[in-house]
Amino acid sequence: MRIRYFAWMKRTVGAADEEVALPENVKTVGDLVAFLRARSPGHAEALAEGAAFGAAVDQRTATFDVPIAGAREVAFFPPFTGG
Amino acid sequence: MTVRVQEADFDVGAELEALTAGNKRIGGLTVFVGLVREMHVREGLHRERIDALTLEHYPGMTEKALLDIEAEARQRWPLEATLIVHRYGRLEAGERIVLVAVGSPHREAAFGACEFLVDWLKTKAPFWKLEETPAGDKWVAAHEGDDAAAQRWETKAG
Repeated sequence: MRIRYFAWMKRTVGAADEEVALPENVKTVGDLVAFLRARSPGHAEALAEGAAFGAAVDQRTATFDVPIAGAREVAFFPPFTGG
Repeated sequence: MTVRVQEADFDVGAELEALTAGNKRIGGLTVFVGLVREMHVREGLHRERIDALTLEHYPGMTEKALLDIEAEARQRWPLEATLIVHRYGRLEAGERIVLVAVGSPHREAAFGACEFLVDWLKTKAPFWKLEETPAGDKWVAAHEGDDAAAQRWETKAG
């Protein structure tokens, strides 16, 4: 699965995107966050509990309970500041 | 009905002309143009001016999010024409950043829907501002007032 990061999260993680092979027990966005935190200190910091960030599954905003089975890409990003 | 995300500037007059061309049911057209405001930051004892910012977005998701917001506006108000043009990339103070235009038979719907679109796109479309400050580039934090402005439309929906 393709994981993408935007704005400051890109810098903290150290990559704009990465391909990850997910174990069976990673079923939701929340599971994925927990799984990714273990990849590096940068991941752990960017996706820390209490950090302000949102997620999207296949380019649609998603909460932590959303399933990711069959998704092509999941993105993580800080709160939006457009307009 | 139209959503565009582009690096280039836009011509407000030409956009409005194209939006209303041939549609004689439009009685009111409201327009919002967002500009890059000159900002100031405190660096120690000095106040420094921020002259530019870079807008990052999430190609693909941005267009989907804007189309969703537009569809929501059309559900709430009787609209004849809608247009959202949002720029990305490096923008200097004074430059146009976003254009929202709404045409409706009546002004109440045009005013309401335009305000709604601007409020929602600020909090629901994936854009991030990176300011060029004297101490280096700095990501802009989300503004609580923007969340509150977007939130009041949630209440109205219920």
